[in-house]
Amino acid sequence: MSVAVLLVILLGLSAFYLGHARAVRTVGGAHSIRRLHSLPAYYGWYLALWVILPAGAVLLLWGLFQETALTAWITASLPAQQQALPAAELGLLINDIRNLAAGNITAGQVTPEIQAAAAQLQQWQQTATLARIAVILALTSLIGSLAWRAIQPEMRARNRVEWIVQALLILSSSIAVLTTVGIVLSVLFESIRFFHKIPITDFLFGLDWSPQTALRSDQVGASGAFGAIPLLAGTLLISGVAMLVAVPIGLMSAIYLSEYAHPRLRQVAKPVLEVLAGVPTVVYGFFAALTLAPLLRGLGESLGLEVASESALAAGLVMGVMIIPFISSLSDDVISAVPQALRDASFGLGATRSETIRQVVLPAALPGIMGGVLLAVSRAIGETMIVVMAAGLSAKLTANPLEAVTTVTVQIVTLLVGDQEFDSAKTLAAFALGLLLFVITLALNIVALKIVRRYREHYE
Amino acid sequence: MNERQQAVYATVQASLRRRYARERRFRALGLGAVILGLSFVLLLFTDIISKGYSAFVQTYITLPVYFDPQVIDPNEQRDPAQLARADYRQLVRAPLRALFPEVKNRRAKRQLYRLLSTGATYQIRAMVLADPGLIGQTRQIALLADDDVDMITKGHVDQATAEERFGADYRSWLQQLTRQGRLHTRWNIEFFTAGDSREPELAGIGGAMAGSFYTLLVTLLLSCPIGIAAAIYLEEFAPRNRFTDLIEVNINNLAAVPSIVFGLLGLAIFINLFGLPRSAPLVGGLVLTLMTLPTVIIASRAALQAVPPSIREAALGIGASRTQTVFHHVLPLALPGMLTGTIIGMAQALGETAPLLMIGMVAFIVDVPNSPLDPSSALPVQVYLWADSPERAFVERTSAAIMVLLAFLISMNACAVALRRRFERRW
Repeated sequence: MSVAVLLVILLGLSAFYLGHARAVRTVGGAHSIRRLHSLPAYYGWYLALWVILPAGAVLLLWGLFQETALTAWITASLPAQQQALPAAELGLLINDIRNLAAGNITAGQVTPEIQAAAAQLQQWQQTATLARIAVILALTSLIGSLAWRAIQPEMRARNRVEWIVQALLILSSSIAVLTTVGIVLSVLFESIRFFHKIPITDFLFGLDWSPQTALRSDQVGASGAFGAIPLLAGTLLISGVAMLVAVPIGLMSAIYLSEYAHPRLRQVAKPVLEVLAGVPTVVYGFFAALTLAPLLRGLGESLGLEVASESALAAGLVMGVMIIPFISSLSDDVISAVPQALRDASFGLGATRSETIRQVVLPAALPGIMGGVLLAVSRAIGETMIVVMAAGLSAKLTANPLEAVTTVTVQIVTLLVGDQEFDSAKTLAAFALGLLLFVITLALNIVALKIVRRYREHYE
Repeated sequence: MNERQQAVYATVQASLRRRYARERRFRALGLGAVILGLSFVLLLFTDIISKGYSAFVQTYITLPVYFDPQVIDPNEQRDPAQLARADYRQLVRAPLRALFPEVKNRRAKRQLYRLLSTGATYQIRAMVLADPGLIGQTRQIALLADDDVDMITKGHVDQATAEERFGADYRSWLQQLTRQGRLHTRWNIEFFTAGDSREPELAGIGGAMAGSFYTLLVTLLLSCPIGIAAAIYLEEFAPRNRFTDLIEVNINNLAAVPSIVFGLLGLAIFINLFGLPRSAPLVGGLVLTLMTLPTVIIASRAALQAVPPSIREAALGIGASRTQTVFHHVLPLALPGMLTGTIIGMAQALGETAPLLMIGMVAFIVDVPNSPLDPSSALPVQVYLWADSPERAFVERTSAAIMVLLAFLISMNACAVALRRRFERRW
């Protein structure tokens, strides 16, 4: 890896130097560089870019596909009887071969075939390393010599370099699009495979969630049911509790800080509240699971209520605290955006501050606040660590926040952490849940942004 | 004032009183909300700190250890391989037996030995391997105590509970050790250097910190140039057309996609499609790059927007090309703002856990990683892993790990604020 990277860097540096030198030489020395179309450095850049970019692309693609290709070849070279093994066992076998080739300890026993395959793999890996360097050298010398010949005094080196730079900039900005495409494709493909096994209507409208599929067909109570309704209900319950905490506190503190507070208090209180947004969610999860949940349980016991140790209440309360700064800073923005003239008019009619806020400012800011709240809801639905650590695993259809419920994100984590078989409905279900989550949050965001945007146009 | 006027006056007075009371209530409600919010911050931090501060010291038991040549090196070869294989348990157990000669039966003895951590044995072995001249000597050595001893010494487990769980003997041993001044605590440097372990007293965040470091390194190396390049294109070059609109919509939506979905992307594409290694900081860095990219792009665009157009016009006016204008004049002025955004994005990436769970960075890994391709954990994932452990000592370690994590985050954000203050320019 590092040898090839170093090689590309060295090639690039020398190409810059060579291009620069050749440009100067073609016009007969440094005193007459005015005859060049561009500054000599542009000729250097021109050659260097034509060397680095193809070599870098080869390096990247090679790095991405080498292991996949080698695995495929090794699998093909195994005896037919082993190739026929189920995917999971074959995966273990390949792992053993890889470990053996890398000189590590293997999990299974080492048979002569595995030994041979490992030796073969080792050889291929060495060949691949050499081949990569050879390909890079060949490619750079070919393209480099073409670019080298192109360096002439009248060549428009600056324009060409700028054109390449433009292309790189466009490429960088399309990564955002590629990411979205990647997300959609990766969850969609696995989800479609999942819907081949489980009908989509069962998934969307099923009232029962128990993803433990049977290992043997005669096992009892392990039928596997994939109804997402209990998960959605649990998610909504926890998000609802969170919103009940976050919206009043966040909104009221935004109102107080922007309309009443002394500037000095505002200067201190705002950043301190923002700290809540910067705290990692795993910390909130720890706090909810180890401090708040036992506290609520004890409190419930003294009141004669039964509170589950992984209650929706604990997770929801802490999630609400996490979202407070989100709501307060968004509402603060929209409240400050309400024109002062509206307030002055209201004061002029003799309204008190609170009457002005309630009857003039808030109605004017309402669409923006609504947008903010919707964004916060989408945040709460997609939140993972708090619920993984503080909410339960049992999928129950209940509206009682004192009971344990589970959420979409918790199930994704439980299904995917640990052993995975990519052909079982259990693993694929995680991707279907991911798709569901993505669609819900995307819809909420689009609606929220639309509301916020429409509101903004209103006052500009 | 006639009667009618007086009645109106009284009504207005009453209504004013009511309205002012309502005004005061509303105001008090607002103040209450702010105070509540601030007290949550206070509560969170005091809870974590009060639970975690004691993990920065560790209990040791000082015992006279005799480096018995019979045990370590019976045939006097001083062969390192032989020295590494010797049974050092005997060396740390002998002084305990000598100290408490009244302990006779096997069960009690086993409990006595459990005062020391298994780490004490490794400690002795490391000392012998570093200096074989110790063999045959007796030294007073501070040996690592077990996590139960540690918890009782620090007062996290009270005497009554301890007696109930470990018996009266255990308590009297500890009391005797304390009386003899053998039990003491010292600065726990191992916590920052060691990898994970099943034994709380041996577990450290060194491995997790290294994993986070490599992950962030990959994230920084990718998201900084890509994010800045994307921002430059969108802000300085992009024509208004469908394609740029599409990019903008995408960036805004990606900023709000749940982080766990990025984990699914990493699992499906980087690991399953491209066959990159599981649990590797490289994959973690790639996933976090995609996740932080919107933050970096949005911040960088704001920084570019803040550069006044007169700078661009001046450069263009004296004949610079558009690319030259941007790279020679606009970019240097916008760079501090872009760096601020990048640091904030990095802080966000440092605290992120969920996507790392998806790509397998949750495995139990003892070794400290040495490259972005070694399997490793990350600081927030370590917090998650330890939070699941039942031992009381792990609660303390988890809180301490959170304190370290928060310290990093706060200093990164302070850096960003300082950078902004230092370089912010009003045009």
